[in-house]
Amino acid sequence: MKKRMKMLLLLGFCCGMVFGDQNRSDPHDQRVFPVLSINYDYVQMPFEVSLWILLASLMKLGFHLLPVLSGVVPESCLLIVVGLLVGGLIRVMGKNPPVLDSQLFFLCLLPPIILDAGYFLPIRPFTENAGTILTFAVLGTLWNVFFMGAVLYGACRLEAGRLASVDLLSCLLFGSIVSAVDPVAVLAVFEEIHINELLHILVFGESLLNDAVTVVLYHLFEEFAHAGEVTVGDVFLGVVCFFVVALGGVLVGGVYGVLAAFTSRFTSHTRVIEPLFVFLYSYMAYLSAEVFHLSGIMALIACGVVMRPYVEANISHKSYTTIKYFLKMWSSVSETLIFIFLGVSTVAGPHAWNWTFVSITIVLCLLSRVLGVVGLTYIINKYRMVKLSGKDQFIVAYGGLRGAIAFSLAFLLSSDDFPMKDMFLTAIITVIFFTVFVQGMTIRPLVDLLAVKKRKQSKCSINEEIHTQFLEHLLAGIEGVCGHYGHHHWRHKLNRFNKRYIKRCLIGGERSQEPQLISFYNKMELKQALMLLESNSSANLSAGVTAAIPRQRSRKTLNISKEREEEIRKILRGNLQKTRQRLCSYSRHTLKPDAEDDDWSETRLRKQRVEMERRWVQKSPHCNPLNCNIYCQCHLSIKSSRSFCWVSAPFSQMSHFLTVPALPESPPARRARVESV
Amino acid sequence: MGASQSGPVYMFQDLAQKTGFSIEQIKNLHNRFMYLTQDEDTLRRKHLENISNLALNPIRRQIIEAFFDKRNMGEKGKGCLQEIGFEEFVTVLSFFRPPKPRTADEDMKNIKKEKLRFLFNMHDTDNDGIITLDEYRRVVEELLSSYETIGAETAKAISDAAMLEVASVTVGQMGPDEFYEGITFEQFMQILKDVEIETKMNIHFWNLDTRTMQCGK
Repeated sequence: MKKRMKMLLLLGFCCGMVFGDQNRSDPHDQRVFPVLSINYDYVQMPFEVSLWILLASLMKLGFHLLPVLSGVVPESCLLIVVGLLVGGLIRVMGKNPPVLDSQLFFLCLLPPIILDAGYFLPIRPFTENAGTILTFAVLGTLWNVFFMGAVLYGACRLEAGRLASVDLLSCLLFGSIVSAVDPVAVLAVFEEIHINELLHILVFGESLLNDAVTVVLYHLFEEFAHAGEVTVGDVFLGVVCFFVVALGGVLVGGVYGVLAAFTSRFTSHTRVIEPLFVFLYSYMAYLSAEVFHLSGIMALIACGVVMRPYVEANISHKSYTTIKYFLKMWSSVSETLIFIFLGVSTVAGPHAWNWTFVSITIVLCLLSRVLGVVGLTYIINKYRMVKLSGKDQFIVAYGGLRGAIAFSLAFLLSSDDFPMKDMFLTAIITVIFFTVFVQGMTIRPLVDLLAVKKRKQSKCSINEEIHTQFLEHLLAGIEGVCGHYGHHHWRHKLNRFNKRYIKRCLIGGERSQEPQLISFYNKMELKQALMLLESNSSANLSAGVTAAIPRQRSRKTLNISKEREEEIRKILRGNLQKTRQRLCSYSRHTLKPDAEDDDWSETRLRKQRVEMERRWVQKSPHCNPLNCNIYCQCHLSIKSSRSFCWVSAPFSQMSHFLTVPALPESPPARRARVESV
Repeated sequence: MGASQSGPVYMFQDLAQKTGFSIEQIKNLHNRFMYLTQDEDTLRRKHLENISNLALNPIRRQIIEAFFDKRNMGEKGKGCLQEIGFEEFVTVLSFFRPPKPRTADEDMKNIKKEKLRFLFNMHDTDNDGIITLDEYRRVVEELLSSYETIGAETAKAISDAAMLEVASVTVGQMGPDEFYEGITFEQFMQILKDVEIETKMNIHFWNLDTRTMQCGK
């Protein structure tokens, strides 16, 4: 008790000293030594930022504690409502609520979400549907922009009154801002409805790739509005600009991706900062693209896609987990903040409501989207193998949500060139609310009603992986027989090029020669072994050890098995007693249960092998039963939760793990002997 | 049989009806057939082996065998032929035709079953209706054959793990005295039911004349 009092006093004194130090302005003043003083300005900025992020995270926490609500309403809607409430609260308190600063949005809030999406982009469906996605993104957006701009202009002309001042260029600019499907909103809503992979990648891919179109059109119309005159040459330059923006963005991203992959090759001694390289290079790609007004989103996506296969081959398992969780965390926080700020900005921003304009905008958005999707699908289906059905088209059209990017782009408009900026902002906010609330809330019941195929929960199965690869080769071969260059042919060529040249540069050590099947298999084994080690039953030991058996490689992969050796050793030390007793009682075929017997002779092992040979497939005398049987029994024993005693066979190896010091040579040697039948 | 030039149009129509290709596609395939066989009547293994594109494919042997496998021709026969005509050529290729857009679910299931049967026949080389461990091992070895540094043990380990997975998924617990014979066709269908074969195992058959667009021999 006394000690505690003393500690408190000391603490109070230190605080007093710290706080007192702040007010060192007037040394000559004879005032009382300030024990406690407040200096909020010092910490204001980081404090407020942290407070907002804390609020966002607490909100997220709260929603998932109310399962009823989160089942019906998508999270984005709830967050916007929270934002509205917070904004209202601030307004009531008399202060002006903060508006979503565009610079903050584009430089800090958007990149994590896009990087998360790009890094984990499922490549195979994306490349298989690349043509469709590009068509929707480019042609679809162009159609939306011009259709909306033209009809809005016509409506403004007809309406007269306040709308008479809106000229064609402003309408087109407005169209370009509002037409783009927003990746943040799409992700937020589609994540929860678990729709099938094809539709997900179509809508999501479109939302990512239409950024290039939006950027070009936005800058184009802004420049034209500024200049006041449009010539044919300018239009032509605009088209050229589109290609420059899109391809330039991809190029910048690709370059940074290659740099990141190359850097990760050398990080084997500094594993701790591996994730940092991934994040920094990607962010630099985004910023570099933004410097030149190229498409930052495409740069980020390209960087993530290019660097992922090589980085994942180079970095440690822990770094991979770190990257995954950090990206998910940042993107989640960003998304929450964006929606909350949307709500707050609605309360804050200057509004100019115009019934006609807003209602026409909403109707036109829906109409142009539906027409665009239906029309384009008609053309696309002529070239697709798997045609898009009516249901698919409906979901693609209905999933075209607008979000914060539109708002931020509108916010960046200068009021001098666009006197009706407030009206635009109001209309855009209304459209965003409409799409997020109405479409976001109704899409889930509609998906259920139309019985759209949902995403299959795919457990990674080695059989599926083998057959997927087999199919790829088979289809490439059949295409060769039929004699035309197809999708599979090109993919084959790319893989060969990748294997021969690129992988050699970018992947360090031996892993560059590893085929995909092997790395998939190793990953699965690692996952399984770790999973079983965590669940802490005696069957663990065998599975964990046997998983280590087929590693026929040298030092590079021994890193992995060394980590597991440690875990295995720990568990063994703890459970050794239990295991030995259980072995004695269950076993029928146990050779003597003297696990402490260090030297298993070769003869014993061979006797065991013969025993096991009897029980595997009698027909094929060539197969190696020892290997199979260990897997068989251990795996099945896990399923049936009885411990078979074949554990004794690998147990002999475990005893070697225990007694023999961790020389890199001995485990492979032992494994080789066992396996070489 | 397939070489009679006297009634090619009727033959094409028959084939089109039987296999589901359109007349233009059959004409294209006929052109390709003539090109491959260098205007002979029947296709032999060496014609297919001459295709340079196929040379780099790790499973080319199995692909070539599939063309000469009697089980794929729709008859009940087993064993392999030495040479095939145009009709058999088109029959084998019809396994890779994409399903028509408005196919009923029942038909889709049948199509999926047929394609899976084709795959099964490719693996089951001794025609006994089961894929044994040996056969599966050979499949994995061939898949990895383009990588010289991989030892046979790794292929063995992978195929063992795969067989084990099939056993545990389809058969469940096994008593201590049972052994697992191999993968039957029903089990094969079961483990691959999540891989959407009917949409994935397709290639594009163009309606236009592809002779000018051919990628070499």
